[in-house]
Amino acid sequence: MKEIFVLAEHRQGQIRDITFEMLTKGEELAETTDTQLTAILLGKDVKKYAETLSKYAEKVLLIEDIKLENFNSEAYQQTLSQLIIKKKPLLTLIGHTSYGVDLAPGLATKLNLPLATDCIDLKFNGETLLVTRQMYGGKVNVRATIRKSKSYIITVRQSTFTVQKPTMNGEIIEMSSSLSEEISKKRFIKYLLPLSGDIDITTADILVSIGRGIKDVSNKPMVEELAKILGGVLACSRPIVDKGWLSSDRQVGTSGKTVKSKLYFAIGISGAFQHVLGMKNSDLIIAINKDPNAPIFNFANYGVVDDLFKIVPSLKEKIIELKSARSQS
Amino acid sequence: MDIIVCIKHVPETAEAEIKIDSSGKAIEKTGLVFDINEWDDYVLEEAVRIKEKFGGTITAITVNTEESNRTLRKCLARGADKAIRLTDAKFEGSDGYAIAKILHSVIKDLPFDLILTGVLASDDGYTVVGSILAELLGISHSTMVKKIEFIESVVRVNRELEGGLEEIVEVKLPVVLTIQTGINEPRYVSIMGIRKAMKKEIKVLSLTDTGLSESEVGEAGSWLIINELFIPPMDKRAEFFLGTPEVIATKIVDLLKSRGLI
Ligand SMILES: Cc1cc2nc3c(=O)[nH]c(=O)nc-3n(C[C@H](O)[C@H](O)[C@H](O)COP(=O)(O)OP(=O)(O)OC[C@H]3O[C@@H](n4cnc5c(N)ncnc54)[C@H](O)[C@@H]3O)c2cc1C
Repeated sequence: MKEIFVLAEHRQGQIRDITFEMLTKGEELAETTDTQLTAILLGKDVKKYAETLSKYAEKVLLIEDIKLENFNSEAYQQTLSQLIIKKKPLLTLIGHTSYGVDLAPGLATKLNLPLATDCIDLKFNGETLLVTRQMYGGKVNVRATIRKSKSYIITVRQSTFTVQKPTMNGEIIEMSSSLSEEISKKRFIKYLLPLSGDIDITTADILVSIGRGIKDVSNKPMVEELAKILGGVLACSRPIVDKGWLSSDRQVGTSGKTVKSKLYFAIGISGAFQHVLGMKNSDLIIAINKDPNAPIFNFANYGVVDDLFKIVPSLKEKIIELKSARSQS
Repeated sequence: MDIIVCIKHVPETAEAEIKIDSSGKAIEKTGLVFDINEWDDYVLEEAVRIKEKFGGTITAITVNTEESNRTLRKCLARGADKAIRLTDAKFEGSDGYAIAKILHSVIKDLPFDLILTGVLASDDGYTVVGSILAELLGISHSTMVKKIEFIESVVRVNRELEGGLEEIVEVKLPVVLTIQTGINEPRYVSIMGIRKAMKKEIKVLSLTDTGLSESEVGEAGSWLIINELFIPPMDKRAEFFLGTPEVIATKIVDLLKSRGLI
């Protein structure tokens, strides 16, 4: 029986969420294509994960090797390409993560199999594979057909598919590592933990977050003041950190922090998914953006389509008015 | 150190209103401002810094229409020594794979120690060109790079992982690195640079120069064939506050009051 492969992603002792998201989608695809769902688990001392994965897949293929201890795209590519050549899966799902991005394009090129990246949906229409992905920072979606092949590789965007309760009790199969050649081009050295500053935005109740829309660092105090009178903390999107306007511990998003504040103001932030994944679970989200079609308005509870340089000063004034009225009464 | 930088001229869309064109397969480009892809701005700066430290040359390459001359001129003004533009009507419809093949056809015959590309281009966001190029060239790669250090025949890079975590990896030279934003602070173009750039030539190549066949480029040579573009459905659209800034501010304050947030 043909298979659907899902490459399990794990790091520092944990299976990463994307794995279960892909297994959930994989199960659905396996049903519609009459294939078997197989989780691929590569690593060293990772047998303990196989048990967990077996609840989400019909089969877990486990390969252990010291060379697979930490993620290394060279070692992963060699191992996976031999597996794919041998088992000819209909489809291989890989996370569109820092690991998947390092692995999938080289793997697909080497095997001469078509690859579609960062997919937010995929389905088979007969033998044809159709995918949906995004362009222009999430302002446009694309539906595309993948060049016909006996086997496909897809990288899947994080947090796109909702994990379902596990229903399976898959078989765990240990295979010996096929890595005979030396892993000579690439070597993992170590992890570098994120810098921890004096402020932890993940514990703040109120976050006032700024994006590229603030235009210049000289406009930062204006918004900082708003944060202050609200009793909140200033956070930001990635370009603000890239430009050095705020330190990286203030960044919200996939490569920054994940926050769940009581109030999240998104000011001059477009709402690219990498940002949204870090803040969408906040209780109350208010977005200020002059573009009515900014994706952020899909995630905000309340929106203001206007110039932030007009709204922020007015807002500060009103809050100050309220506070002084309160202190007088 | 001879460096090749692969760069792209892209429309700035963060603040623009986007419309799908009549073909349904692309966006309406008229009225949009084009510039160097955000990631490539950092690519170029990193290349210039490496050249300043170790000497050598920088060659900027793009696969695109003639309009991308503006971005290539910018590269020349900022410190690139040579520029190559690959332009052919047959290249239209190329996805990241086809683009990587076109780039490879030229780069394979050039001398280089290091190739830098952006992690992705802000328009189609494939995130594949750098690592496919490396595989086609049979050399190593590393992606999402936030720091580069040369130690004899290897390069030690910091790769960005999720949640602020990074990993340090050593890769053998020659290598393709895909550069992540924030790795440096891109500088502005100097007047002197612009003057110098005017004198430099942009070499233009077409399909016949690549040695590739028609079926290897464009849609025919791609993994992905675009069926249609559409504006994402706004399913959970926010409730909007309307009125003058003062009215809006009052409404926000009322909301915050009602939620006990102020
Ligand atoms: C691997 C990877 C990881 C990433 N990780 C993160 C991450 O962790 N966090 C993150 O934020 N991003 C991340 N990004 C970047 C992300 O894709 C976007 O590029 C980024 O979030 C855009 O930031 P922005 O919204 O501030 O800027 P833009 O997208 O440029 O948006 C600016 C917005 O400001 C609005 N605006 C401009 N002027 C005004 C005005 N006067 N008044 C009101 N509104 C105005 C515009 O309409 C626009 O919507 C990552 C990208 C990659 C590839």
